[in-house]
Amino acid sequence: MSFLAVTRATLAKDLRLEWRSKDAINAMLFFSLLVVVIFSFAFDPTAEESRRIAGGLIWVAFLFAAVVALNQTWARELRNHVLDAYRVSPAPADPLFLAKAVGNFIFVIVLEALMAPLFIIFYKLRPLGPAWELLPIAVLGTWALVVNGTFFAALSIRTKNREIMLPLLLFPISLPALLGMVNATTAVLTGEESAKFWIALLLAYDVVFTIACLLLFETILEAE
Amino acid sequence: MKRGFPILAIVTALLLSFGLYEALIVAPTERTMGDVQRIFYYHVPSAWTAFLLFLINFVASVTYLIRRNAKADILALVSAEVGVVFCTVVLVTGPIWARPVWGIWWTWDLRLTLTLVLWLIYVSYLMLRRFSTSSQTPVMAAVLAVFGALDVPLVYFSIWFFRTQHPSPVIGDGGSLDPRMAHVLLINWAAFLCLAWLVCWTRYRLEVVQREVEEAQSLEALLEGDGSR
Repeated sequence: MSFLAVTRATLAKDLRLEWRSKDAINAMLFFSLLVVVIFSFAFDPTAEESRRIAGGLIWVAFLFAAVVALNQTWARELRNHVLDAYRVSPAPADPLFLAKAVGNFIFVIVLEALMAPLFIIFYKLRPLGPAWELLPIAVLGTWALVVNGTFFAALSIRTKNREIMLPLLLFPISLPALLGMVNATTAVLTGEESAKFWIALLLAYDVVFTIACLLLFETILEAE
Repeated sequence: MKRGFPILAIVTALLLSFGLYEALIVAPTERTMGDVQRIFYYHVPSAWTAFLLFLINFVASVTYLIRRNAKADILALVSAEVGVVFCTVVLVTGPIWARPVWGIWWTWDLRLTLTLVLWLIYVSYLMLRRFSTSSQTPVMAAVLAVFGALDVPLVYFSIWFFRTQHPSPVIGDGGSLDPRMAHVLLINWAAFLCLAWLVCWTRYRLEVVQREVEEAQSLEALLEGDGSR
């Protein structure tokens, strides 16, 4: 099977599973809804204040919610020894990783699209900078979280308490990406400075770690 | 090899006491900061030693990924452990100095933040090693070490830009170092390098013995299991 065919088959399977069960997306949606409500209660910000803090709140909510989807990425494949089967099959490792990462990317992007209106309502947001820049920020930022998240989820499936291990590995490495997303979003919302540098940083982060993940994933998959 | 160990231990002890004497008594008192500046002779050598150990960890991890050599793995583990200890010393002595001099315990300055992020990355590396249940822990740890190293330049640029955008309360260290101070600094760095080497060596031998014991135990358990059947 070619690279693309394996990717497409795995991705279609994951999307179909999620479409029928809706496990991840429901948990993520409810979780980020709770974060929105709790932060809104806790800070009760005015429109001016919320412009400054919303960038941080949005991405913290998405980061924590994304962990829900990332944790179940590989756990599902362990149950019936799917990973063992994959390992002995002649299919290369990278399409599997790519399909999983793209699947998680779709879940988190859907979550963001559904949550964004709520954020705007609760925090009375109206961007003062160029609003279209939020689109590349969302895409690059989400990929930054998801590509390393999918990889570290594969690392942590063989640890004692894997649910807690994933954020412990993912968050320290993600710090520059998080700084990029939060500052880019804040820059667009306040309109005080340009978000260009942060978008470039996110792009660099995505390129570096996508290459690293693809190069090293086979090592991780075969390590048993 | 084994005979070198006590010699290194003696050299380390002598250098450390000489460094302490030089730092507390011989080195001139800094004009504006006063005696509190003397913590610098411990802070800076610890930082250099920690960064060097993290570099060793990266090289050893890459070597392990290519050669699958158990020695490289032990070296990676040991350098990360000792590096985290020295990094902790840096993060503790820094605020003790910063409080009287800058008036604040902590600021999100470039070097401070970079050190903290490095510390976080290597603590998560050690956590992975501790919590892993697989026999392939070295592979996973080595991969994580590579990711951590790739992260460092990105962290650097992000904080650099973050901080040049916002004025920091810290006055840059303009001016040059007194040659006598530089001399004391280098002596202390030599002492700390010897200390790090000594601790790494001890830890390395401990890890080798521990692995031998584990292997012997699992072999024993295997043989007993066969006998009872």
